[in-house]
This record gives sequence, structure tokens and C-alpha cells, in this order.
Amino acid sequence: MEQLQAIVEKALKQIETANNEPDLDNVRVQYLGKKGEITDQLKALGKLPAEERPQAGAEINQAKVQVQDALNLRKALLEQQALERRLAGECVDVTLPGRRSEVGASHPVSVTMSRIEGFFRKAGFSVVEGPEIEDDYHNFEALNIPQHHPARAMHDTFYFDARRVLRTHTSPVQVRVMETSEPPLRIICPGRVYRCDSDVTHSPMFHQVEGLLIDENVTFADLKGVLALFLKDFFEQDLAVRFRPSYFPFTEPSAEVDIQCVICGGGGCRVCKQSGWLEVLGCGMVHPDVFRFSGVDTEKFTGFAFGMGVERLTMLRYGVNDLRLFFENDLKFLRQFR
Amino acid sequence: MRVSEAWLREWVNPQIDTNTLVSQLAMAGLEVDAVEAVAGAFTQVVVGEIVAAERHPDAEKLQVCRVNIGAAEPLQIVCGAANARPGIRVPCACVGAELPGDIKIKRAKLRGVESFGMLCSVAELGLAESADGLFELPADAPIGQDIRAYMRLDDVSLDVDLTPNRGDCLGVAGLAREISVINRANLTIPEIVEIGATTTRTFPIRLKAGRACPRYVGRVVEGVNVNVPSPLWLKEKLRRAGVRSIDPVVDVTNLVMLELGQPMHAFDLDTLQGAIEVRHAKAGEEIVLLDGQTLRLAEDDLLIVDEQRPLALAGIMGGELSGVSAKTRTIFFESAWFDQVMLAGKARRYGLHTDASHRFERGVDYQLQRRAVERATELLLAITGGQPGPTTEAVLADQLPHIEPIVLRRSRIARLLGLEIPDATVEDILERLGMDVSALDDGWHVVPPSFRFDVRIEADLIEELGRIWGYERLPVRVPSLPFAPPMQSERVVSLERAKHLLIDRGYQEVITYSFVDAKYVAALTPGEDACVLSNPISADMSHMRTSIWAGLLKTAEYNLNRQQTRLRLFESGLIFRQNAGELVQTVMLGGLIYGAAEAEAWANDRNRQADFFDLKADVEALLSLTASAVEFEPCEHSALHPGQRAAILREGQRIGVLGALHPSLQNQLGFAKPVFLFELEVPALQRELPQFRELSRFPGVRRDLAVIVDENTPTLSILKIVREVAGEWLTQLTLFDVFQGGRMEPGRKSVAFGVVLQHSARTLRDDEVASVMSQITGALQKEFNVILRE
Repeated sequence: MEQLQAIVEKALKQIETANNEPDLDNVRVQYLGKKGEITDQLKALGKLPAEERPQAGAEINQAKVQVQDALNLRKALLEQQALERRLAGECVDVTLPGRRSEVGASHPVSVTMSRIEGFFRKAGFSVVEGPEIEDDYHNFEALNIPQHHPARAMHDTFYFDARRVLRTHTSPVQVRVMETSEPPLRIICPGRVYRCDSDVTHSPMFHQVEGLLIDENVTFADLKGVLALFLKDFFEQDLAVRFRPSYFPFTEPSAEVDIQCVICGGGGCRVCKQSGWLEVLGCGMVHPDVFRFSGVDTEKFTGFAFGMGVERLTMLRYGVNDLRLFFENDLKFLRQFR
Repeated sequence: MRVSEAWLREWVNPQIDTNTLVSQLAMAGLEVDAVEAVAGAFTQVVVGEIVAAERHPDAEKLQVCRVNIGAAEPLQIVCGAANARPGIRVPCACVGAELPGDIKIKRAKLRGVESFGMLCSVAELGLAESADGLFELPADAPIGQDIRAYMRLDDVSLDVDLTPNRGDCLGVAGLAREISVINRANLTIPEIVEIGATTTRTFPIRLKAGRACPRYVGRVVEGVNVNVPSPLWLKEKLRRAGVRSIDPVVDVTNLVMLELGQPMHAFDLDTLQGAIEVRHAKAGEEIVLLDGQTLRLAEDDLLIVDEQRPLALAGIMGGELSGVSAKTRTIFFESAWFDQVMLAGKARRYGLHTDASHRFERGVDYQLQRRAVERATELLLAITGGQPGPTTEAVLADQLPHIEPIVLRRSRIARLLGLEIPDATVEDILERLGMDVSALDDGWHVVPPSFRFDVRIEADLIEELGRIWGYERLPVRVPSLPFAPPMQSERVVSLERAKHLLIDRGYQEVITYSFVDAKYVAALTPGEDACVLSNPISADMSHMRTSIWAGLLKTAEYNLNRQQTRLRLFESGLIFRQNAGELVQTVMLGGLIYGAAEAEAWANDRNRQADFFDLKADVEALLSLTASAVEFEPCEHSALHPGQRAAILREGQRIGVLGALHPSLQNQLGFAKPVFLFELEVPALQRELPQFRELSRFPGVRRDLAVIVDENTPTLSILKIVREVAGEWLTQLTLFDVFQGGRMEPGRKSVAFGVVLQHSARTLRDDEVASVMSQITGALQKEFNVILRE
């Protein structure tokens, strides 16, 4: 029995010093394999007197279990150590940037257009587009701006010939819709418009979104409600909004809409010319003559229309101070709007 | 319209401050653009009289003046102005005075002579931009009085930005009327007396232009001394309204225009022959205007002529030779009414814009002409003296405008404004606005005053009600509308989605002008008949773009000149082309790439330059949104590299093109490296709805095949044959290698692809797979003479 004890101790020592799995497996074979030292002990059991066998058998089995447990423990430890070594070897500098593929950006004017469209789509408006080279009829006549109307002088129109112009506003799209669809109507018309004027505060091309709502019971109160909601949504602020009487040939009554200056909060600054107010929209109830031009029943339907300059809203929203930046397309500018 | 607040308050003087007045006007639709002080900020400047002026002992250009400012002793002041001389009264800034520009007046010594103040010019007081010498005050200016008090300089000019419908407010009278209505304040209308004639002299007037000019009031004034200066009060009113003082006659006509809104003209009667006649011009007739320019007229221009020559372009500008000059002794006042519609656009036709044309185009009260002449006569006589003849009026009564009564329905007010306004308030507002109101059962019968030519229909009246009631007091409501969401289509790929795909792949959106330099049209779309603006901003912005590439190339050039080296740009918008004489405006999406294929980064290959297949990958990604069969095939395009250009076809229809910019164009436009471009028609971005197919539960079998073909064989045609021959078992075809050179025979290339075959209802047998593969090789050998690679 002393011999068994010595075998176990020897085995445990060898397990303790085995530093990899093959070595450890050799130890297992040496003691617990078919010809292993402990296995040999078991085989030798038959040579013992019958009365000693149970006692000796139990002791050998215990020794076997003891060695097996030690082998298992050592194996687990070696595996753990191997994993740790591997992980240490696979360590990367996680502060390095990922393999680059750059992401671009929308033009800020497009961002504003999408926001405007988003609000009105949710409110049930359809988005309609139209031609930019327009005829005189749709751009002017049908909007109650006859030849030589003083409002034409304000439009600084680009001409191709006596009949065709670059549209000066997106309102002609409304006319086209009224010509082809029956009210009730809820549409907005975003797009490029053109005026023959170019200086620090005027671009010969800019963007407008115009809207039109025609139904049987639409009043100026609805116009005020819709636009106040829109402005609140657009600027994500509870801004003071005021409606001021104005004049457009295609609406009556007409109004201009001012918001409390988003730069100074209404206290007066350079941007709002010290007035505390910023003009952001023109609007009004559709002029009966415009309805008549497009064949809408003026007794049955009323409607409102509004129009806004996209660049102006973009400038106010992001604090851009020069209109010309939008069309220079300097990447250093555009990338600020990622 | 620019006018001083003090002048307005002579007419109507509500007890409100300037800020309140300004915001009241804005809320009445008469926006005030600017409020400007009529003089600079200064203190302690008084009226002084130069009693003596002597040459400075040590300075040629200086004088030592003695100035009486009402103190016991005159002040000694050294002055450099050439017009400083004894006897004139001038503004004198005393020691301690502060002048505009942070100037403080102190005791000073100029070249050894003591000076106790400064004599001022108009510029030094902030009354004008520049000045020529001292400001000479009237001889009766009270010595010692503060200049601010004497000239009433604590006043502001209001710049009222009038909308084109409010021609009635292009005069103090009109603005005052509005202010009186808003405040319920009394209007003090200066009494206009009829000035009796002291001579019988008249000048005949003939109206020959029908409704273009149905009223012309004239008056002769003899013995006028035009060489007396206009009085200070008159000059100041004009100055504060932004009008230059010329001579007393012109000043008086301008004052009447600013006051009443009636443009007037004065002729030197001695230059006129026979009679005044108002008639349309003859085609090609010429007139020399008082600014010296000669116009060739059209038949619809309106002229004032005498029996000898054209005298004035009616309602716009007088002529050169008939105006008032220093020698004028007898004048003839013109106060006429010209039709708004007739005059509209006529001044602009000749690049003219005058105070008169501005008013006539917007409309002038047709009942104002006689009052204007009486007012002008009264003012003129007080300044220049003279003997007026009788006022004569030529009128075509049946051609005068007449005011149509308007029916205003009570129900319509609420339908438009969303508010019921009490009857009494409706009547009160309209009457305050000068309308004649009589009640009907369901509303009113309203006759607007002659000065409100903009009020024509019921909606106009309702706007007036809303305006005076106050837009701010009108209700706010969120409309409750029927539930009618717009239809949405899954077959349309939204432009928004396509744009975001490009953005996510590294493209920056740009927005460029739709009008471009002709050179881009010629380079990109030779032979295309572009739309050309007749009035472009500049020559390089004159042609409507025929390709999105014009703006992209220009933007690329702009950014490459600003230290950018790698570009991914796109733009969407209309292009404008002629198709068989018809203008076609198509929404396009176009892109440009330039420079390194990958962004510069530690893990990226910074040396590889973008090529055709980088661009094509992006285009294919875009087209994959459409999930419909699209093909690329070599095409003609003179702007693109002959070996690197392809048309994009959907169902045989060309929907776009891509390729490398032609090297000669690349050079011509100054690009150092190749530029790759694509352009796609946005309406073609459409997709079919996905159709579900049963999944096969049986394994697929993959076989790889490599063939050697002539290098000019399009790969697509090989794959087409494979697809055709493999038939319905083919579930996947992967092109995994294209190889040329090495041990390969020159002029040949190797194309390798994997074929996956799968049956929907059973496992394919080896012999079936082998049979398909041999059919494929057979077909390829027959079609392209391919050699199989082992």
C-alpha cells in the first residue's frame, strides 16, 4: 500500500509540472492508461488474498479518482491559460479608427426642404412638382398678375422669349394642379425658382415651398393655425408668430408672417434689423380671380395658400450668414451639415 | 415712401410714441423698413451771425470770424470755409458742444489765434453726406436759438415699404388717413383755397388719348422769379422725404406730390408752341428727356406734345427743352391723371423709374388734379411771386374711371375670416375708411372712395375689415379635415431614398445653378439646342443646363482649387432639352467621382485611384433599389472616353449613362486626373413588387468553370448564354475571376464563374449536373470559340 501511496504522490507531482496538454495526457497514460501504473495495481488485485481484496480495491479506486480529478483540474487550468495567451496575442488598438468609408451629406437646403415636406406630409398634403421653364400664363396671368402689373416688376423675371420664363415662384404648380384636379386639395410645391437679381442678399436661383389647401370650409383662422403649428415644428421652439396684412395679387386677404427673432429672441439685433421680428412667410386666402382662372367654384370652396423661402429658413435655423455660400458648394461649408 | 414723422403729425397727431406708430403701421400692412433720425446727434449748436471776418494773420485759407450768438460779446472763431463772410447766419457749435462722430468742441488755438467754437456745414450736423461750405441759414433765423429747436430736428424719417396695391399711401395725406383710421384720431387736412386768377392768360389743352388720359388740369403763372431760394421749411420737408431741392418751382411740384400723391410737372410756357396735346406716340418718334437721353418710342407710349415737338413722356419724365430754367418767367403747371393700366411697364421699358411713374403705375386718385394745382399755386406764389391765370381743366368725362359699388355679404365675412364681426363694427370700419355704406338684407352695398382704386371686389372689403379689426385679433384654428391621406406607391423608388444611398456611400450633395456657361453645353451635349436666357445675370450663366454634369464639373473645379483632392459629388434636378422641337424638362440624378478610390486612412490604400468600376459599383447599388433588370452596354457619347462609357438600359430603354470624362475634355477643363460621371433619369427609378417563390428543401450543386475567350468578348454575353442554357435549375451565377496576361496568349482573357444548380422538388443527380455543364461548355464553344481551362 505504501507503494500505491508513492505512485499517487508521484503522479500528482507530474500533473503539477505538466505545462501543456500533450504532457498532461502522457501523465494520464502513464498512470491510468491500459498499462498504467495504477491500472497495473488493479490488475494485480487478483493476486491478493480474497479477504484483502475489497479493502485494497477500494483504496486503488480512490487513488484512481484522486489522480483523475487532479488531471481534470490541471487540464482546465492549462486550457484557461492557453485562451488567455491567445486573447493577449489578438489584442488590437481599439482607439484606431475603423476602415474608412466616408459618409457624405445632404445639402442644407435639401435638409430644410425635407423637414418642410415632412411636416406637411404628416398633415395630409401631397408633394407636387412642376416645370421650371414656365409659360407666362401659369407664372403670371392665372395668378392674377396681368401684363404690366406692378407686381411683375418685383419679380425680376428671367425670359427666354415673349411667352416663356423661368418660373419666379412655385405657385404655377398650384395652378396646374387646380386645372387638373377637383377640390378638396391639399398640396405643397417645393422647388427651384429664379429671379434676375444677384447680390449679397439675392441669389438668381433659390428654393421655395408653396402650399395650397382648398376645401368647403377653410378660413383665415385655419391658415393661422396651420402656419403657427408649422413654424413651431420647424424651429422646435414655441415661437411668437404674428400675421401682418400684406399684398399678393393671388391672395385676398393677404398676410406676411413674422416670427420672433430666433437669433436674439426678440430683443433686437442686426439680423432682425432691431425689430425683434423676422419675416418668414407670405400667405393669404386664395383670390377669387385665381379660382376663376382655374375653374374652381368660388361659392362652394375657399382656400388658403402660402409660400416660404427655403434658403431664408435654412439660414435662420443654422445661423448661416451669407446666402451665396449655398451655391458655391465649398465642401468645407457643406460638410458642416453632416 | 419716405416721410418725416413731424410732417405726418401736422396731419394727424395721435398720442402715441414713434415705436407704437411704427408697429401700428406694420400691423396695418404698411411696413416701416427703417426709422432714421433726420439729423446727426449733436448738442449746443445755435444760430450765430458772422459780424466780422478777417484774414488769419498766419494762414491763407483761414479767417478769424466774430460771431454773434446773442451773448454780450461776440465769439472769436477761426473758420476755414470759403463762404464765411459777414452778414450770414450759420450754425455755431459753442465750446462744450458735441457733434456727430464723437467730436467735442473745445477752446482751441489755430495757428496761434484762439477760437471759441466751430461754424458748421450741413455735413457736420449730419444733415447730408457732404457739404460745400457753411450752412447758410435764412436771414431771419433767430440769433442764439438752438438749431435743433429752430429746425425741429428732433424728428425721424419713416421709410414705409408700400405694397403695390397701396398707391393711395404714396403721399402724406394717404398715410395720415390710415393713421387716423387706426387711432380714431382727427385728420387735420390743410385747407386748400382756390387761388383766384389775376391774369386771364390760359394755354389750350387737347386730350387725344382717350381713357389713357381723361383729365388734364393746367394753369399759367406769369412773372415768376425762379431765382429766389426755396424756403428752409420746404427744403427740409423734401430732404426728410429723400428728395433733392432743385428750384422753387420743381420743389413746389415735388412737395405737392409728396403731400397729396399727385405727380405734377411745370413747363416753361415761353418754350411751348400753340397748345398742349396728350396723344399716343408714333412708332419711332423720338424725345429728348430732361436727363439728356433720347428715346425712340413705340405706339403705345403716351406723350405730352405741343404743336412743334414732344414735350414729355407722360407720367414718367419731362423733356429737355421745355423744363423750368433760371431764365423762366412764365410757367405752366400740369396736373394730369394717367391710367394705371396704360402706364404700367412703360417706364421700365426704357430703364426709367421716377417718382411720377411709381405713383401713376400704382394708381393716383382721379379726383385730385384740381386740388393739386390750387395747392401748388398757393405755395409757389408765396415763394416766387407771380400772377396766376385761371385754372383750366380738360376732361373726357365718359373716359374717367367710375367706381362700381360692391356687394358685401355678411355670411362671406365669416367664411373668409372665420369670425363674425358685428354689423355696427363692419359699418364703422368701412365708413372710417371713407367708404359709402348702405345696408342690405344680407349685407351691405359699399362704394369705395376714389383714392381706394385697389378695393374692387368683396374679398378686398373683407381684407379691409380684417386689417382694421387686426389680424392679431382674428381667431386661430387647426382645421379638421376629412381623413384623406395621399396614396403611397411601392413601385416608385423615392428620390430621397436614392440620394441617401449615395450619401451613405460617401457622396456629398451639391446644388448648382440651372443656368450654365455655354461651353458646358457644347462640351457635354454637342449639337443640343439649349434654352438660352434673353436676360442672363452674366454670359457664363446664360444657357439652361442640358446635363447635370455641368454643375458637378464646375463644383469639382471649384473644390480642387481649394485644396480638396478626392471628390464624391451628386446633384439632382431638372435638365432642359429639346426633343423634336419640344422642350423636355427631366429630373436627373447625376454623380461625379475624382481622385483616390478610398478615403485617406491608415487601413486604406491611398494609392489606388478611382476607376470606372468604382463608379459602376455606386451606380449598380443605386439601380439595385429598383430591383429590376438593368443592363449596361457600350455606347456613343462624345463627352466620354471611347473605351470607358456605357449606356444604362432598362427593358431596352436608355435611362442613363456612365463613364470616364473624355481625356481631351478632361484636359480642356483642367482636371489632372480622370473624372468619372454618371447620370440617371429619376422617373426611371421604379421597381416591380417582389414576387414570392417557394423555397427548395433540396441541396444545390456548385460547379466552377473557367473559359478563355477573345479579350473583346463582353463578359455579359458569356453570362447570358450560361443563363439561357442552364435553364430553370440555375439559382446562382457568380463571376469570380477575370484574368489577362501572364502565361495567357495575347489577345485572350480568362473568365471564371460558379454555377449553382438546384431542383425545387428533388436532389439533382450527378449525371444531370454533368449534362447541364457540358451543354454550357458546348454552347460557349459554339458561340465564342472558348477554350476550357483546367
